Amino acid sequence: MLGYIGTRVLLVLPTLFGVTLVTFVLTYILPGNPALVKAGPLATPQHIAEMERRMGLDQPMAVQYWRYVRGLAHGDLGESHTTGRPVLEDLLQRVPATLELTLAALAVALVIGIPLGVVAAVRRDGWVDHLSRLLGVGGVAMPTFWTGLLALYVFFYALGVAPPPLGRLATGITPPPRITGLLTIDALVAMDGRALASALHQLALPALVLGFSVMAPLTRMVRATMLEVLESDYIKAAWAAGLPRRTVIYGDALRNCMIPVITLLGVVFGFLMAGNVVVESVFAWPGIGNYAVAAMMSKDSGPIQSFVLFVGVVYVFVNLAVDLVYGLVDPRIRLR
Amino acid sequence: MTDLLTIRNLAVHFDTDEGVVQAVDGASLQVGRGEVVGLVGESGSGKSVTALAILRLLRPPARVVGGRIDFDGRNLLACSEEEMRAVRGAQISMVFQSPRTSLNPVLPVGRQIERLLVQHGTSPPGQARARVVEMLREVGIGEPERRAGQYAHQLSGGMCQRVMIAMALATNPRLLIADEPTTGLDVSIAAQILDLLGDLGRRTGAAILLITHDLGVVARRCDRVVVMHAGQTVEWAPVRALFHTPAHPYTRALLRSIPRVAGAGEMEPIPGWVPSLLAPPPGCRFAPRCALVRPECRTPVPVRALDADHRVACFAVETF
Amino acid sequence: MSTLAYASADEAPARRSAAALLWRRLSRNVMSLAALGVLAAVALTALAAPVILPYDPDAPDAERTLEAPGRRHWLGTDLYGRDQLTRIVYAGRVDLLVAVEATAIALSLGAALGAVAGYRGGWIDQVLMRIIDTIQAFPSFILAMGIAAALGNSVTNIVIAIAITHVPIYGRLIRGEMLRIRETEYAEAARTVGNRRRRIIFYHLLPNCFPPVVVQATLAMGFAILTVAALSYIGLGIRPPTSEWGAMTAEGASYIVSGEWWIFVFPGLAIMATVLSFNLLGDALRDVLDPRMKGV
Repeated sequence: MLGYIGTRVLLVLPTLFGVTLVTFVLTYILPGNPALVKAGPLATPQHIAEMERRMGLDQPMAVQYWRYVRGLAHGDLGESHTTGRPVLEDLLQRVPATLELTLAALAVALVIGIPLGVVAAVRRDGWVDHLSRLLGVGGVAMPTFWTGLLALYVFFYALGVAPPPLGRLATGITPPPRITGLLTIDALVAMDGRALASALHQLALPALVLGFSVMAPLTRMVRATMLEVLESDYIKAAWAAGLPRRTVIYGDALRNCMIPVITLLGVVFGFLMAGNVVVESVFAWPGIGNYAVAAMMSKDSGPIQSFVLFVGVVYVFVNLAVDLVYGLVDPRIRLR
Repeated sequence: MTDLLTIRNLAVHFDTDEGVVQAVDGASLQVGRGEVVGLVGESGSGKSVTALAILRLLRPPARVVGGRIDFDGRNLLACSEEEMRAVRGAQISMVFQSPRTSLNPVLPVGRQIERLLVQHGTSPPGQARARVVEMLREVGIGEPERRAGQYAHQLSGGMCQRVMIAMALATNPRLLIADEPTTGLDVSIAAQILDLLGDLGRRTGAAILLITHDLGVVARRCDRVVVMHAGQTVEWAPVRALFHTPAHPYTRALLRSIPRVAGAGEMEPIPGWVPSLLAPPPGCRFAPRCALVRPECRTPVPVRALDADHRVACFAVETF
Repeated sequence: MSTLAYASADEAPARRSAAALLWRRLSRNVMSLAALGVLAAVALTALAAPVILPYDPDAPDAERTLEAPGRRHWLGTDLYGRDQLTRIVYAGRVDLLVAVEATAIALSLGAALGAVAGYRGGWIDQVLMRIIDTIQAFPSFILAMGIAAALGNSVTNIVIAIAITHVPIYGRLIRGEMLRIRETEYAEAARTVGNRRRRIIFYHLLPNCFPPVVVQATLAMGFAILTVAALSYIGLGIRPPTSEWGAMTAEGASYIVSGEWWIFVFPGLAIMATVLSFNLLGDALRDVLDPRMKGV
């Protein structure tokens, strides 16, 4: 087990190196001269040259990479000239919005997707199975932005049950004192019923849309794994031993099914991050995805590369966490 | 004394894409109380299907289309699912091949036995743990307390099989079905496992239905033997009689095909193939490969008694 | 249907009958036929667009702006009076082109990398796999965003962005296949005869990896379309005046509040129908070509 943890943790380092290298290359080949931008529109050629020297833009690439990584270690992700603030600051301010949306969507996907997959496998060829396969095949083919727009049209425009996509709280509601940045939690802690209701109301549709978009691959895998497990020798032996149906299916089989599903959570998180960008765009949700894209639209290209780096690093650590949890849960790894 | 288990004319069909496979056709056999009966045949002869049919474990695309399975006076094929659940694991237990994969990989092996004891009421919950350790010791596992908390992947193949046997016998079943229990095991370990089975059978009084393709196993361990070919049971005899005076042409061919270390005589493979069970020939399914075949063989074959204990399903038997 | 190709002159007839067998088994499945039908229709319409469509995609018509679907304009018109059906078909050309090109590039590059890595092993394998790992360290859409932002909004750049993120798919697949077949007797025979290594890899062994690759490529095409559409939706992909399904959907977003639903619904529907067809076709191909892969 220790060996397993050790290898996983050590592997993170070269991966992080790779991630920073990629984002460095992307930043490097960005169009435009950052010195020019920083020096301002009234700069003379000498000013620009001086700025270039100061920013180290005349140095060889390897040196620039080293400066880049050093900057990262100090939290320097560049500056955004649309907000005028360091990118890291902007990101950290907006992370809670993205986190809240991501967690809510994950909850939706897990709570609906996993039982759907399990029941689809247990009652094979039943109506749940057909529904799950339909959702799986159809859901994977639907572009997330389109699902979002459809949802807005149906639930906001046609039925009027969803709020206008104007942000995390309805206009006029004061946000609760910030503790975690997650409005639902903060409102709960502050016992602010109005804020909680509004926050949930605003969160509902985007979370459902994002959750639905990642549910398809999850349900598919759960179903496939459960089917495989139900055919395994030890399940047959369990039937032969006269164990009741509930124990065999929802005890033994389910337990064995969930373990490989844990490894899928890392990939699910990747899908969530990708879908996040789009859903934030559709619902004008003030998260990091929206921030990066909006900056890009204003020709402010720093934030988007920092966003890519940020997501990349988080993804690496999420996968590490998933691997470690998997190692703990599966006795075949825990006790070599 | 009536037999413990009597199978009469069991027929099992499989619905496949290519058609209906008649996997078992009119199989019959008896197992007396405390007896060790060997069910012998090539792979694909329907032995495992018959075993699964006894416990009503066959799932679609398989279905039982005819016959009776009487166990202790009851026709198991007519029982409700609930009644069967009380029979499985308690009155009739089964041990499968590939012992390691037959154990749940994420539960400690002790727990797997323990919950059976509680489920079938063999031990009150408080004493189940102790009984598990006792059972593990009885099947020859050293350090049983420690082993009970371990998982299947931490045990060797032989130990896994011992655990399976412990699980099967923990509830004091009347009948233990062992389906190729030594497949995948080292030869010496296999011998130990078979000794263990026979031993425990004698001690607990459980009857054993030992399913195998290995005539050598049968020779040493069984009281009586049933020979199966292509879904049909063709000969029933005490073990000595089977080996000394095999009656059915298939049995004789089987015995001739065993390679011998000592003594002369070539190894004679049986000519032909096992027939396709999609559109099997009517009557005896060995007929296409049989040297003694006659026209009647295409009609349902009667069972002839050679003496009190030895019966054979063959027209040609009186010839010799 | 995992027959090894023979490195002899008898190759051509063997391949033809294999294709016939494939068609026969594929046509047994209703779904895959439907999918194939849809894709064929989409492709044909896209190719023949200028001929069969009566409207010019860019021609505005001030009289008929924001017209709901009707007899004259089957899918309605947009703010400028342009016929939506025509625009969608023309946009389809772009989406399909991007998907095909990106898949072709990713497949070639990925297969080459995977083949060399799998066959040579050793440090070459390690290095190449680290490169692939690095690409996969990001969620693929996020990486595509970064590359597209760095390179710019042209069609070529988007193709490159998507191609790069798809390389690992084929790289890993081919590497796995190569590991499997490099020790076969067939490979051994090719070596013994004295073929050069490069020839062995690319001429003898690689063609045997085709079945799973074809399945993956079909599925990946759908994913490529979703990526370019999403990139264009958020503004990082293909921008007007070039029409593209995702960009068209984005245009339609602002009309939700005023009820002109057809502007965003139909482009999105086009995306879904096309991706669905690719997926169904890919699944059917998988069932036919490589039952081993079920559940992957």
